[in-house]
Amino acid sequence: MEGWPILSLITFLPLAGAAFIMVIRGEPEVVAQNARSVALWTSLITLALSLLIWINFDTTTAAFQFEEKAAWMPEFNISYHMGVDGISMLFVLLSTLLIPICVLASWAAIQTRVKEYMIAFLVLETFLIGTFCALDLVTFYMFFEGVLIPMFIIIGVWGGPRRVYSAFKFFLFTLTGSVLMLLAILFIYFETGTTDIPTIMRYTFAPEIQTWLWLAFFASFAIKLPMWPMHTWLPDAHVEAPTAGSVVLAAVLLKFGAYGFLRFSLPMFPEASVFFTPFIYSLSIVAIIYTSLVALAQEDMKKLIAYSSVAHMGFVTIGIFTATTQGIEGALIQMLSHGVISAALFLIVGVVYDRMHSHLIETYGGLVHRMPVYAVVFMVFVLAAVGLPGTSGFVGEFLILIGVFQVNSWVAVLATTGIILSVVYMLWLYRRVIFGELVKEELMHIMDLNRREMVVFAPLIGVVLWMGIYPSSFLDVMHVSVANLIDHYEVARAASEGAASEGAAFLAAR
Amino acid sequence: MIYVAVVLLPLAGAAIAGLSGPWIRDRGAQVVSCGSVSLSALLSIFIFYDVAIGGNARVIELFTWFDSGDLKASWALKFDTLSAVMVLTVSMVSAWIHIYAIGYMAGDPGIPRFFAYLNLFTFFMLILVTAENFLQLFFGWEGVGLLSYLLIGFWYDRPAANAASIKAFIVNRVGDFGFTLGILGVFVLFGSLSFDLVFAAVPDKVGTTLNFLGMEIDALTLVCLLLFMGAMGKSAQILLHTWLPDAMEGPTPVSALIHAATMVTAGVFLVVRLSPMFEYAPIALAVVAVIGATTALVTATIGLVQNDIKRVIAYSTCSQLGYMFFAVGVSAYPAAIFHLVTHAYFKALLFLGSGSVIHALAGEQDMRKMGGMWRKLPVTYAVMWIGGLALAGVGIPFFIGFAGYYSKDIILGAAWGAHSWVGTYAFWLGIATAVLTAFYSWRLLFLTFHGSPRADARVMAQVREAPKVMTIPLGFLALGAVVSGGIAYSAFVGEGMAAFWGDSILILDSNTALLEAHQAPPWVVVLPTVMAVAGIAIAWLMYIRRPELPRRLAGRFRAVYLLLYRKWYFDEIYDRLFVFPANDLGRGFWHSGDGAVIDGVGPDGIARAALNLARRAGRLQTGYVYHYAFAMLIGVVAFVTWYLYARAG
Repeated sequence: MEGWPILSLITFLPLAGAAFIMVIRGEPEVVAQNARSVALWTSLITLALSLLIWINFDTTTAAFQFEEKAAWMPEFNISYHMGVDGISMLFVLLSTLLIPICVLASWAAIQTRVKEYMIAFLVLETFLIGTFCALDLVTFYMFFEGVLIPMFIIIGVWGGPRRVYSAFKFFLFTLTGSVLMLLAILFIYFETGTTDIPTIMRYTFAPEIQTWLWLAFFASFAIKLPMWPMHTWLPDAHVEAPTAGSVVLAAVLLKFGAYGFLRFSLPMFPEASVFFTPFIYSLSIVAIIYTSLVALAQEDMKKLIAYSSVAHMGFVTIGIFTATTQGIEGALIQMLSHGVISAALFLIVGVVYDRMHSHLIETYGGLVHRMPVYAVVFMVFVLAAVGLPGTSGFVGEFLILIGVFQVNSWVAVLATTGIILSVVYMLWLYRRVIFGELVKEELMHIMDLNRREMVVFAPLIGVVLWMGIYPSSFLDVMHVSVANLIDHYEVARAASEGAASEGAAFLAAR
Repeated sequence: MIYVAVVLLPLAGAAIAGLSGPWIRDRGAQVVSCGSVSLSALLSIFIFYDVAIGGNARVIELFTWFDSGDLKASWALKFDTLSAVMVLTVSMVSAWIHIYAIGYMAGDPGIPRFFAYLNLFTFFMLILVTAENFLQLFFGWEGVGLLSYLLIGFWYDRPAANAASIKAFIVNRVGDFGFTLGILGVFVLFGSLSFDLVFAAVPDKVGTTLNFLGMEIDALTLVCLLLFMGAMGKSAQILLHTWLPDAMEGPTPVSALIHAATMVTAGVFLVVRLSPMFEYAPIALAVVAVIGATTALVTATIGLVQNDIKRVIAYSTCSQLGYMFFAVGVSAYPAAIFHLVTHAYFKALLFLGSGSVIHALAGEQDMRKMGGMWRKLPVTYAVMWIGGLALAGVGIPFFIGFAGYYSKDIILGAAWGAHSWVGTYAFWLGIATAVLTAFYSWRLLFLTFHGSPRADARVMAQVREAPKVMTIPLGFLALGAVVSGGIAYSAFVGEGMAAFWGDSILILDSNTALLEAHQAPPWVVVLPTVMAVAGIAIAWLMYIRRPELPRRLAGRFRAVYLLLYRKWYFDEIYDRLFVFPANDLGRGFWHSGDGAVIDGVGPDGIARAALNLARRAGRLQTGYVYHYAFAMLIGVVAFVTWYLYARAG
């Protein structure tokens, strides 16, 4: 593999696919069919290539691997720098796994502007992968923000009736945070003279500067994540987005924020992270309890799942800021797991939406009579979402709770209430949609999953069980990188124990 | 190999029956499922001989599950006397119930699904009892909870079944809330979740405190109490018992297997498995005993007045589990397991017997519509009598008795022998419960089988004894209900006790309740039997001799009757305390919190305000972007400012 620019290859291969689709000409029907095929094959090849990264990944080093570096704007000391470590690598795979699934899921559902739709998804894939591979702040920022464009278009063009409101709300919420992050990036550049992420990780910022930089990054990440109370864009965006849009949004975009905390906030601003940990805990706890209760009251399936996502991501932020091995590894597993589970849940809603064009719960009821396979698939992901042992959801939540109990028992107790609440809203949803007698006239002829839909769900079920029963495959990748992150964090924290109190004094004085 | 097979066979059976249902049909599913469990049961006899009698305890490591930092947990199967006893009981009872279900479920459209569920349940239960660490135990624990949910709601068209299944899952999750925290506490305290490592380290941790919610609490007591909360949920102890009677919405074989013989005893098993921890946490033990004794009495009182035949037995299950817990609470772990085993036989028998009645009456469960069935259902009638005698613990003191006689007797003896206020409390509540138990058992027998038939003539004409596939399992379980007590007495709780249990149960030398039980004075030994006979006599008086008496008593003591009939109002209180507020809060947060406050004051509100302002200034722009960005910025800045000041100040 030496010398192969494999990261650039998988990042830009989808873009090449998009360009190829763009030049397809001919009858509309043929164009649509060809666009679908090209998109599927491109994303499948990307997936295959990305598996090579995993296979060749060295789990014994915390250094960045598959590094590529090229001067880009040498006069500004800005370079094109790519690489992955144990924290980012699996997210590349999550992205490459989900895009072909999205393409397949949209196969029949999208009938208008198919060509543009497929282009949007392939461009989106480039940005997603790029975000997780970028090791230069400027490159990162471009990918990170670039995602907004195809996503905005996907919601705004192929979305539901209120798509324009939702698209704007989504765009503006996320953009607002990003503006602050851009300011912080500029500041870092002027302070350190570089935008190279590994270099900046070794740089020590003064405590008071850390606080402001941390906040600027927080603004961006907390909205992306989203953390309470910046979450209100999410339910709207999900409800209006087409199925595949929701899938990418929930599965990958929500992980950007948490990834950002791990890549930037913790290593670069350790003292500020310590300082703000109680703040993060509070918001996360509120997220878990508040949004779980709100989820209970939802009448729209997509909104319910959206709110449950906020609750699940609350676990992630708690895990990250425990700065313990179990906490962070748990957070990473929970992110991957939630990526797969939420994707599957939105696809599950999509299946019946394609048939009935409604995601209101009251539209359904008694589906098990007509759709037994669908009922089983739905049940598997309901169980994974409530964190039943043997599924990926349990591994993540449990490790996070183990991590946080060592640090703060209050947070552990309050977060654990989430395991009760999640059961309540998920089982209640399932009961209303799947169980009961089939009385609604319009559901009498609803069809069970077809073969294409089964192909969509099979890999997701496989991953959920794999992560639940043998999570070592995933944990092994993380160990060294997470240990390195924590060592670095502890050293920085110990070195500036005194400085931290000065920082507090400084703030108090202001 | 045999050891792994005994656990995995039911899983394989479930996979085949569940996934290839359309191809192998109902008959195939039944054969695969019953075959795999029966094979497990046969193998478990061998294992019992090898491990419990031969003393070859072992742990079989399979592969790593968790590996994160110091946290390491493997998939592993632990076979010692305790798990061998459990494996034998679970797979035996399970196998008979599988076979019975062939007859009971005949004609149901969901047969492959039903048998796959039963198999899967057995698998999780076996995983639970053979777990070598807390996590795997929790895996089995949640697995059986899941299957309980699926099987209670098996007839998914019935709203009552759906509600009951969700209730069961949620109440169990409330218990798991404690269980999870308990596991976390164990890890923080011991740095490991493996039973062997944790148990070895327990003596060093006596007196250690753990900071929990800002309080310094004795670590072992805290952890044990949290874990016990899980046990309370699964074993339907008071406060968390409300799901079990509702669980009777499931098919009767399910009630017998899950909600009587096996799963609900998992809580008892848990505490016994953790005896090396509980022994060093006397306060936790006292709590266990008090909860157990209270449950035994309170749920028995509810059982007195219920009219649904299965609910009466369900409350009786709660009550008998209470006995097991107070046995545990006075350190008489072997007595608890002894009662667990005998109870598994006679309670499964009672449930399947009542299932036979329900089957004959085409689904009728209300005892007010039964009566006079004994001529039509002679086999069922006979086995129900045996079950009732075993449940009431009838025997001839110092000589011989039914299974329940031995196990209940030793439990009450141990409670007496504890010579502590907790033991005394448990003893007297246990004695009082013994009267009630006998009373409601015979009330059930009399109402169902005696008197004149109250079902309408057309239904009565259809009543027929169950087919052989149902009566043969009844016969074998009846055999167990008769002899299991006498056979196992010596090894489980008698002279052979220490050698039999080996290292699998720890009882500190200072806890002598079980040894004292054998020295109990004659009145302690005779009293339970006297009480049982008294209970039977009262039932005879009220339901055979003077059948108008119950109605008059209910009228005279209306408040008491209602209190019992409405199950001490637990459901109503929980609805008021938790269910309604949660719904209201959810709706409130959504509309007021998200809608009015966050969006209203945040993006939408500021956008509107800015738009107004802009209109007034006559410079209407299409600049939504600015409005939103501005709103968000203000919100974030305000929040952060507040936080910085709050923290720094």
